[in-house]
Amino acid sequence: MTRWNAIWLAVAAALLIAVPAIIGNDFYVNMASQVLIYALFALSINMMLGFGGMVSLGHAAYLGLCGYACILLTINGFDQLTAAILALAFSTAMAGLFGMLSLRAPGLGFIMITLALGQIVWGIAYRANTLTGGDNGLRLPARPVPFGIDLSSAPRFYYFALIVVALALFFIWRFSRSPFGASLKGARDQPRRMSMLGHNVWLIRWLTFVMAGFWGSVASLLFVYYNLFLSPHALGLQQSAEILLMAILGGASSLAGPIVGAAIITLVKNVISTYVERWNTLLGMVFVVVIIFMPYGLVPGCQTLWRKITTPKSTPGNIA
Amino acid sequence: MQWQFWIIQTLNSVAFGGLLFLLSSGFSLIFGLMRIPNLAHGAFFMLGAYFGYSLLARGGNFGLVARAAGLGVGLLGIALERLVLRQISGNEQGQVLVTLGVSFIIADICLLAWTGDPMPLPAPLELRRPLFIAGYAFPTYRLVVLAIALVAAVGLYFLMERTRIGAMIRAGVDDMEMARGVGIPVSRLFTLVFLLGSALAGIGGVLGGPILNAYPGLDADMLPLALIVVILGGAGSLLGAFVGSFAVGFLYNFGIALVPDLAYFVLFLPMVLVLVFLPQGLFGRVQL
Repeated sequence: MTRWNAIWLAVAAALLIAVPAIIGNDFYVNMASQVLIYALFALSINMMLGFGGMVSLGHAAYLGLCGYACILLTINGFDQLTAAILALAFSTAMAGLFGMLSLRAPGLGFIMITLALGQIVWGIAYRANTLTGGDNGLRLPARPVPFGIDLSSAPRFYYFALIVVALALFFIWRFSRSPFGASLKGARDQPRRMSMLGHNVWLIRWLTFVMAGFWGSVASLLFVYYNLFLSPHALGLQQSAEILLMAILGGASSLAGPIVGAAIITLVKNVISTYVERWNTLLGMVFVVVIIFMPYGLVPGCQTLWRKITTPKSTPGNIA
Repeated sequence: MQWQFWIIQTLNSVAFGGLLFLLSSGFSLIFGLMRIPNLAHGAFFMLGAYFGYSLLARGGNFGLVARAAGLGVGLLGIALERLVLRQISGNEQGQVLVTLGVSFIIADICLLAWTGDPMPLPAPLELRRPLFIAGYAFPTYRLVVLAIALVAAVGLYFLMERTRIGAMIRAGVDDMEMARGVGIPVSRLFTLVFLLGSALAGIGGVLGGPILNAYPGLDADMLPLALIVVILGGAGSLLGAFVGSFAVGFLYNFGIALVPDLAYFVLFLPMVLVLVFLPQGLFGRVQL
């Protein structure tokens, strides 16, 4: 199995590296960059959702916290690297605070508190005209130039995003297979037994929340570098809901799931919104249909289907 | 001049608090009984405002329009509960996310049906003239909104504390399995509470229309306020919804009037304090 996994990984990596060469058209390369950015958002929210069972409806808050911090610092004369580091530090610290508040109420309260916190960040971005430009948003002067490499062309930005997302993916993969990841799954399924075994369930969840906040902030930086612009519309409840839907649609229990979900939703949204205006209705319907009929998402669903086809009919036990 | 400002802002705050009570009491009851934070509640409020706009434009009497819109939204709430939420009963997280999906659909259909322009609802003619007491002018309509909210609060209190149905609902909130065990028809109570909560939100939307207007985004503006009311006041408690609504009404209104840039930040602080020191909220009956 591991050899197959390695082969799949190599094929996927080769395809991803070849994307700009295969499509060639800047418009579609940019769309691929968007998919990568949303994949990182979905992967980061999935650290909480898939392994910890924590449903957050406020993940777009990091776009507000990290994105506005980065733009404001850059505008006020900091160089790009310092601005990025300070923005990440600020946003991750806020994730620490938000985590402490949200984890006061496990379960459904967590959803409500993250939603309220996300909307408060949105409200501040929307109302604090003097700081954030209100509805008009803020513009980032230019993309960063890491090691003197200009990122303004579409393929170069794609590779930049690919490297960042690959690093994040590696980290999140290690995270999911680490003892810490196992204890997080334990805290999700059997919190009381985990406490009995001497694990600090609250701390496990909080650290996960902060790590998810950190990678969400990294994705926010990519988002701001890609768009060179941020307005309150980008950090509303709809954005948080879309990110969450990506992870659920693809399948929260796997690593590939959020990436597949991000790709599907980003592409469908881009394609659909050129033809019809009713993206929100479609988004809402996908939400309802996925949750009622496909609660475990596409990737695990397809895996069970694949196993059903490949295994002999006498052993149906290993499905479910 | 200075006095007039404080009086008007105070009155605006309590009127807004009254609207928030109509919105969040239903939200809190539904959450307390069914463990579903109905994220479509803000959309129900907005839908009530739009229904009110259309019915008033056809020349309806304001009081009748408010009742009709409340009934319409209430029936929609029943449909949501019976046709959608029942399909996934037991999957609480799924239910929450489905209500969010439904709220997107409602918001988008409102945008399609009533366009993106703000729609002002006209207040009833006889309530448009300000009321003069001791030389000060008071906006009559807001006083009436407050009075209606207070009547609703007293009515809900009697329903919950003095009637058989109220006792059943309280039993369901406190211990669902025992309530089922002693023969309370919990399933029918769910539908009833959903009807009541949605209808209150719809009526609140009509009453709020002349103050807030009906506009796209009204749902996303009101929903977090209802959530904060419930976080502050505690879930499943009428008293909590009442106190929380007026607290948020004051904070939000004076926040907008005095520090418009930080109006939302003003809401954030009390939420932090309550969550840190009283995670169940001030009067919470159930774990959030």
